[in-house]
Amino acid sequence: MIQSKAPLKVTDLSVSYHDKPVLEHISFEVPEGKLIGIVGPNGAGKSTLIKSVLELVPRLKGEVTFWGQPYKRVQKRIGYVPQRESVDWDFPTNALDVVMMGRYGHLGWFRRPGKEERRLALESLRMVGMEAYSDRQISQLSGGQQQRVFLARALVQDARIYFMDEPFVGVDAATEKAIITLLNDLKRQGKTVLVVHHDLSTVKEYFDWTMLLNVRLHAFGPTDEVFTPSLLKKTYGGRLTILEQEGKMSLLTN
Amino acid sequence: MIEMLLYDPNVRWVVMASLLLGLSGGVLGSFAFLRKQSLMGDVLAHAALPGICIAFMLTGTRSMLWFMIGAAIAGMLATFGIGFITRHSRIKQDAALAMSLSVFFSVGVVLLTHIQHHVRGNQSGLDTFLFGQAAAMTMSDVYLLATVALILIAACALFFKEFKLISFDPEFAKGIGLPVAALEQFLMFLIVIAVIVGIQAVGVVLMAALLIIPAVTARYWTDHLGHMVVIAGAIGAFSGFSGTILSTLAHHLPTGPLTVLSATFLFALSLILSPKRGLVGKWLSRRKARMLLVASDHLEQERAFVRGGG
Repeated sequence: MIQSKAPLKVTDLSVSYHDKPVLEHISFEVPEGKLIGIVGPNGAGKSTLIKSVLELVPRLKGEVTFWGQPYKRVQKRIGYVPQRESVDWDFPTNALDVVMMGRYGHLGWFRRPGKEERRLALESLRMVGMEAYSDRQISQLSGGQQQRVFLARALVQDARIYFMDEPFVGVDAATEKAIITLLNDLKRQGKTVLVVHHDLSTVKEYFDWTMLLNVRLHAFGPTDEVFTPSLLKKTYGGRLTILEQEGKMSLLTN
Repeated sequence: MIEMLLYDPNVRWVVMASLLLGLSGGVLGSFAFLRKQSLMGDVLAHAALPGICIAFMLTGTRSMLWFMIGAAIAGMLATFGIGFITRHSRIKQDAALAMSLSVFFSVGVVLLTHIQHHVRGNQSGLDTFLFGQAAAMTMSDVYLLATVALILIAACALFFKEFKLISFDPEFAKGIGLPVAALEQFLMFLIVIAVIVGIQAVGVVLMAALLIIPAVTARYWTDHLGHMVVIAGAIGAFSGFSGTILSTLAHHLPTGPLTVLSATFLFALSLILSPKRGLVGKWLSRRKARMLLVASDHLEQERAFVRGGG
């Protein structure tokens, strides 16, 4: 019984793009309240894994449950932060308005966002250090600020499990720090966070658990046990050079 | 002169209908523009022509309701055709749009010519659909078109929040449980209807302009979607109004070009005068930045001078 309560359980998931396999026979079970990094080379299917779990791309085969239930039944408890490039930032709207979109699912049909939604959205903006930009047109924000607005939108959903697709890509150092602080806050509140991540140099510092993915699942577990030279070599094939000096590990992808 | 025209109840109703058609065109056009479907309106309008012709050939009457049904079926066929081509071939969407636009319009022109030659000369009056002739509307047409336009606007108001989200970020919309595919179909259906009713006022050839120019113009004045939709609606309404008035004043001039030219006039004004995005606004803000730079450079030099002197 306890096993079936895992916040996310994936069984034998396969996805293909046209006739090309992107993910093959993926099975894993995510523990509650962990910060999890999904790591692998380009084209490993990291984003596809998230999208297929959230039913944004069709699966060929496989079963996905959240707390033992199908996606549709628990949708409101799941938060998603897509890649920043997935939207047109010249859209006529401001930061506060984008964050309020995170409440639309709770609002239901025909109801307009009101004072309460505004208050919650401002609170989320404050949590990502963006309260001063609430009425800023979104095209006037820097890449890092746009990413923080997306995070605030996910926060306002008040979900229990979060999926983030490359939140650290193209952001400044301040934003990277703000994001990682926030992820740790979420963890402290007992929430589960899965992050698609490509920067191997920060994996050990950021994540409790790590998933090594390259079409197939190569390893999944506590970062100390999984993030090892031999497993990384297996995941990346020849595309990784590992330099070990004085007990410190440096990684180069090519 | 205009006052005299507006005393005529017939003219008044026709002007009212054109105004509402422009309004619904502007409102729906905002969403089409933001969803990068500007060309789709053009395809739908051109696809409507064979639909209207076939409806006329089948019923033998000039009935607005049947024309709308024929145009709607043809428009849906065109969108399915585009979807089919892009999914099952290597042809990209822009080429698929251009192809279906010209194919449907060619069929339409062939049918139209056939009707004009065989159905008691020019009595069918279908040629007014090419460039629009608001004055050709009968009273029952006016009632029907005005009602449909009002329903379209009401639907947009009702689904505003949902339409906004699927236009900005459809993936996120799916993630929070909105039926995105159904909403997209529904919005597309509303755009199809807006195009079809608008054809009466501006014609097949120029309908896309009535959809897009008000939206593009409104974007110059606001960074807020709600305001943009309202402004675009107002611009569409003004264009429909002035186009119809001008066409009534200058006999035989079709409504479509005059309506589109009215909208274009407002667009040109906005392009130049809009405070943030307009040419003058951009020039002023660049000049201000340059002056600030010069001023701070001076300050720097003075400080250096004082330091050096002390």
